[in-house]
Amino acid sequence: MDMAVEAGVIKQHLIDPEICIRCNTCEATCPVNAITHDDNNYVVRADICNGCMACISPCPTGSIDNWRTMPLVRAYTIEEQLTWEELPAELTPEELEAAGVSADAGDEAAAPAATAPMQVATVESVETIFNSAQYGATVPPWSAAHAYTNLFPPKMPTTATVVGNFNCTEAGFDSETHHIVLDFGVVPFPVLEGQSIGIVPPGVDAIGKRHHARQYSVASPRNGERPGYNNVSLTVKRVTEDHQGDPVLGVCSNYVCDLKVGDTVQVVGPFGASFLMPNHPKSHIVMICTGTGSAPMRAMTEWRRRLRKSGKFEGGKLMLFFGARTQQELPYFGPLQSLPKDFIDINLAFSRTPGSPKRYVQDLMRERAADLAALLKDGSSHFYVCGLKSMEEGVVLALRDVATEAGLDWDTVGASLKREGRLHLETY
Amino acid sequence: MSTINYSEKIPNNVNLGEDRTLQRALEGWQPNFINWWDDVGPEGSTNHDVYLRTAVSVDPQGWAQFGHVKMRDYRWGIFLNPGDANREIHFGDHKGEKAWQDVPGEHRANLRRIIVTQGDTEPASVEQQRHLGLTAPSMYDLRNLFQINVEEGRHLWAMVYLLQKHFGRDGREEADALLQRTSGDENNPRILGAFNERTPDWLAFFMFTYFTDRDGKFQLSALAESAFDPLARTTKFMLTEEAHHMFVGESGVSRVIARTAQVMNELKTDDVQKIRAAGCIDLGTIQRYLNFHYSVTIDLFGADQSSNAAIFYSSGLKGRYEEGKRTDDHILKGQTYKVLEVKDGQLVEKDVPMLNALNEVLRDDFIKDSVAGVGRWNKVLEKAGIPTRLVVPHKAFNRQIGALAGIKMSPEGRVVNEIEWAAKRDELLPSSEDFAFVASLMGRVVEPGKFAGWISPPVMGINRQPVDFEYVRFG
Repeated sequence: MDMAVEAGVIKQHLIDPEICIRCNTCEATCPVNAITHDDNNYVVRADICNGCMACISPCPTGSIDNWRTMPLVRAYTIEEQLTWEELPAELTPEELEAAGVSADAGDEAAAPAATAPMQVATVESVETIFNSAQYGATVPPWSAAHAYTNLFPPKMPTTATVVGNFNCTEAGFDSETHHIVLDFGVVPFPVLEGQSIGIVPPGVDAIGKRHHARQYSVASPRNGERPGYNNVSLTVKRVTEDHQGDPVLGVCSNYVCDLKVGDTVQVVGPFGASFLMPNHPKSHIVMICTGTGSAPMRAMTEWRRRLRKSGKFEGGKLMLFFGARTQQELPYFGPLQSLPKDFIDINLAFSRTPGSPKRYVQDLMRERAADLAALLKDGSSHFYVCGLKSMEEGVVLALRDVATEAGLDWDTVGASLKREGRLHLETY
Repeated sequence: MSTINYSEKIPNNVNLGEDRTLQRALEGWQPNFINWWDDVGPEGSTNHDVYLRTAVSVDPQGWAQFGHVKMRDYRWGIFLNPGDANREIHFGDHKGEKAWQDVPGEHRANLRRIIVTQGDTEPASVEQQRHLGLTAPSMYDLRNLFQINVEEGRHLWAMVYLLQKHFGRDGREEADALLQRTSGDENNPRILGAFNERTPDWLAFFMFTYFTDRDGKFQLSALAESAFDPLARTTKFMLTEEAHHMFVGESGVSRVIARTAQVMNELKTDDVQKIRAAGCIDLGTIQRYLNFHYSVTIDLFGADQSSNAAIFYSSGLKGRYEEGKRTDDHILKGQTYKVLEVKDGQLVEKDVPMLNALNEVLRDDFIKDSVAGVGRWNKVLEKAGIPTRLVVPHKAFNRQIGALAGIKMSPEGRVVNEIEWAAKRDELLPSSEDFAFVASLMGRVVEPGKFAGWISPPVMGINRQPVDFEYVRFG
């Protein structure tokens, strides 16, 4: 879907006003509240609709199954859709070309699919495009520890030994996620929470070239998965399908998930010098993640837990928003439950729990708007977002809305979060 | 029944497999339901395999499962929308308290009455429509009729579930009585007037599903706000199905209008007799059907002033349409609302306490929604270049319930005397001649992709199937 945004084109979801009977089923069904209405029409907000298709089959009329390839900057606003008496025709290839979009761009890039939520850049108005990535900081928090990077560059890997490997999701579910512990022995490999390392899978690819390294966020705190030892842990999900939902075996994820204790692996890194946690004992950390995006959050939480245990911590808040398809697929669900409530404020969102409406991290953030607003007002607060690319826009938008509703000027808040290294986006 | 696999046979999300009391109650009731279906359900349909949408769970994929099944084997299930353990009552005197999971003793009688009244309308529709399958204008329409029939059946199950689960012996007796009353039966009729009217032809059916099922939408929406959480969650799920019924009505009438407009343009005439001779329903007849069904349906909202409505609201049993989206205090004491009455031969508005006027509030919400849809029908005429427009009559027209009952009124809202009414009656409401003419057009067309001459094909098929899909396989 990123391709679609890069190409400046979206498949815009629209409702045919000539067929729609205004029964409200779509609005009641939509899990992300993308559908709204006035006395005249039912319409879809292009900036919220994620193409999940939940509204399609419940619609009794078929009016909702309409899509138009549109240049992003010309996406129909809800205001104009509300005035429609009929659906506008598809733009001609000439019109698309005039808008700088090749005529077949929509077919390549933006077909809606339930398995690959369409997350388009937000269109606030025809002129302004919301680009969440612009708010991500490139500098670390002022109190972060110094990070070593590239001690072992891609051409000079080091060797680590597997000392632990277990499934940290419930067994028997599609998305199996492993917690892997690697030990470096006496080789220096210092890491900080939020950094990542690369693993080079053995063998060669289809054209005979050596596999390139895959990066994984470190899930353990700076003094090791086992404190005082030279080891790190990773959170690796076994990849069994690609972004389109087609079956595919992840080259490296399967290799890592199948490692046995005692096996050795080639490691490069460490990488990353900005997605780092603050050391200041009064700093607040808001962590927003999905799936294996939880790895750096686990690292930070665990470091804070160890600090707290040793009495070196002065009450900075920890707040976690964690999304997964189901409770069974949520990595570290069990250990998370055992953390004290006064230590971390945990908010879990499940998008595929049978019989329950879909909930995403941004839904929870909006529910916790009052608490988030207070944190946004506090210069000691740091925000970390890690997970699938499709969540980034929604999360930053939710932050923006929380700020705006609390009477803050998002442009000012967003800019200082970026400048001060207090909002970090790591999505893939 | 004792060996039944409940989750397979009766898809549900109410833990039916574990609830022995409810199982026993249903085991007693379900054979009677099947007998009722066989006796007064869709006539001559037993061996048809119908392309039905069946709900097997409450998520979007789960409740829209399509496939050919016999209606008798339709899996009438028991579904409640997912609940929120912290849901609060958001209107009336109990505002801010926790929603009730059980029936409070003091509201037991009123809640039972509300549920029984709603439940009674569901089998009534099936009874009213039982002969229509024999005169369907197409296989597509036949399928839609049958879909409505089975879903009305499921809505009956939904109300019976509430009665059996929450009202003990009284509830079981009321559930049985729902199968004993019959639409139009002189000795044991259905509770509400409109549900004892005949649905003699497909134009009446489309009008009924447009207007009367829309009444269902508004009543269910008001109940979906209820402080009695199981009722709120049940009716929320019913609303998703009700939408299809309104669709059949709105698109059905729209297709009748489209065909009439097409023939008027082909023949270049608005002469009623010529249009009728060409096998189409003239716009005047459509307007009279509209007048009738609209006025009968708005009576369903009850008296314009009602202390029951006030009690139901204040005690949290029944809210307003879109209660959660309104910005007032949700208690409504000391507020007023305008209702109509006739004074010195003139219609006048008077202020009454808002709480007593809540039937009127819901009626007005319904009217706004109905009028918008009639506007969409007019767009069909507008597009075809026909200058005639359909209009909704005044809300005081042809009323039988409330302060306006029995007052003779023109569609514009002018009080008329008996003589004038008698002289004009057949211009305003369908006459026996209109019924006879429409009935004469009702021949059965069930070849895939073929349509009776008085109705246009739909814009698209059901579930993205082609219009000439074999929606019904005749056994």
